[in-house]
Amino acid sequence: MSAALVPLAPLLLVAATAGLLIVLDLLPPREGKGHLGVVALAGVVAALAGALTLWGREGRAFGGMLLLDNFAVFLDVVICYAAALVLLLSMDYLRRNGMESGEYYILVLLATLGMMLMAQAADLIVIFLALELMSLSLYVLAGLFRGRLTSAESSMKYFLLGAFATGFFVYGIALIYGATGTTALDRIAAASGGLQRDPLLLIGFGLLLVGFGFKISSVPFHMWVPDVYEGAPTSVTALIATGSKAAGFAALLRVLFSTFKVAQPDWALLLWVVAVLTMTLGNVIAIAQSNLKRMLAYSSIAHVGYMLVGVVAGGALGAGGVLFYLLMYTFTTVGAFGAILLLERGRQEAVELDDYAGLAARHPLLALTLALFLLSLVGMPPTAGFAGKFYVFGAAIRSGYIWLAVIAVLNSAVAAYYYLRVVVYMYMREAEGVPTRPAPSFAGRLALGVALWGVFQLGLMPAPVLDLAQAAVAPLLR
Amino acid sequence: MEYVTILMVFGIALLVGGAMIGLPTLLAPRRATAVKAEPFECGKDLLALPEGRFAIKFSTVAIFFIIFDIEVMLIFPWAVQVRPLGWPGYLAMLVFLGILMLGFLYMWKKGGLEWD
Repeated sequence: MSAALVPLAPLLLVAATAGLLIVLDLLPPREGKGHLGVVALAGVVAALAGALTLWGREGRAFGGMLLLDNFAVFLDVVICYAAALVLLLSMDYLRRNGMESGEYYILVLLATLGMMLMAQAADLIVIFLALELMSLSLYVLAGLFRGRLTSAESSMKYFLLGAFATGFFVYGIALIYGATGTTALDRIAAASGGLQRDPLLLIGFGLLLVGFGFKISSVPFHMWVPDVYEGAPTSVTALIATGSKAAGFAALLRVLFSTFKVAQPDWALLLWVVAVLTMTLGNVIAIAQSNLKRMLAYSSIAHVGYMLVGVVAGGALGAGGVLFYLLMYTFTTVGAFGAILLLERGRQEAVELDDYAGLAARHPLLALTLALFLLSLVGMPPTAGFAGKFYVFGAAIRSGYIWLAVIAVLNSAVAAYYYLRVVVYMYMREAEGVPTRPAPSFAGRLALGVALWGVFQLGLMPAPVLDLAQAAVAPLLR
Repeated sequence: MEYVTILMVFGIALLVGGAMIGLPTLLAPRRATAVKAEPFECGKDLLALPEGRFAIKFSTVAIFFIIFDIEVMLIFPWAVQVRPLGWPGYLAMLVFLGILMLGFLYMWKKGGLEWD
């Protein structure tokens, strides 16, 4: 029995840590929950290490409902990195805002558990359960700052729209079950070979795509993103932008490439259109934003468009490119949100563009760090963003989607405007009024340091990680 | 084709229910007066809204109830099969109950059971 649980080691570590945190939260000291953050971080780092040691192993557990392959391991690592960085960032952030509580850490771990379950799920019902575990935790986390109207609004919007999307998702599962008689991913793949044009299966598949589209925030299911990202606590925003997106892509890639392989020409055409709409809309609206969190929200929509380019391209290059992109996007985005989270003006968080005027003169190091993360989002060499875009767009050209690559590159050029505008404000404007200061937080700086390391590690030496990413998608493509 | 019977059940239910509500409005005589429109025809004045008011705390109690609801829902089928499942089944149930008890402990210690 214990040998059968080895494939689940990363999941069990996170789950056990969450249980431990519940007990610790009830024990004294009643005030000050900083130690819970350290325990949570230790659990996530242990899960990260555990996932890395499981590389190359294959296995199934619980009657084939959960599985472990290189794909799951790679995404577990991405998700653990996201969770660990978010935990580091949130320790002082919560104390500064007077909202330090044990529940926060417990919910972050449960959301992480849900994300990792999504990466390891081999059955539509498990994907659904994992999706709910992740989403319900994130709904609550988004409304953590109870006193703020924007936080409550963000939580409410996320919950209502998320519940609606989940409804679509479950309906899709039901129709697929009706058409094939099973919810196991591999058996659906086997059954759908003979049901090419079965309307029940196609409608079910389409509804699944709606559910996934909501979770990865692709157009036309992106409406919730700006309000939720703006209103949620910044550390939670970082988790929603990276972890939940990685989890959504994990399940989406598995369903697309291994389960609905027969329909690839159809969904590639559909996603071609969705990718173009997603990146164009994200980039165009981001230009008009003066709130940095809102701008990054639209930018995250645009990045989903770039990732979908890799999905359309397909093959080891395209799908592997998406995994690489997810890892680099995690480091870059957590870094960018982390820099915002550390800065405050007066008693407020510095989120408006004006708050960043003249930052480089007074806090050169932090301004440089934020500038580097923004350059990585633009896709400037030698940062990770360049490597990520290069692989994904290159895969599109290799697969013959020349126009898609052209549109994506043009979009990247448009995106440079609004990212660089922040850099211009920091370096070329004079500060006015109350000065913006970074909060003295060691953990936050450590998180930024790790994220920066990731950005340059992936930017300067991308090939080893890309090889790993391509090895990771191999089990899906065979 | 077997679903047609279900559709027919729906149809008949709709027909019977609709007839029960619809026919009286068509056939029954109606002479409404102010007295008849009152909730109590005896003439007693209304003290409060008919739905009444109840404390929001009941909603948390309803959520706590789910803990035990789920517990019972899963223990019954397990109890029927406890011998074939053997020790692994017993251990799995213990783990499950442990997780549930963790939630119960949490709600207890956080004061979820106190009314005020």
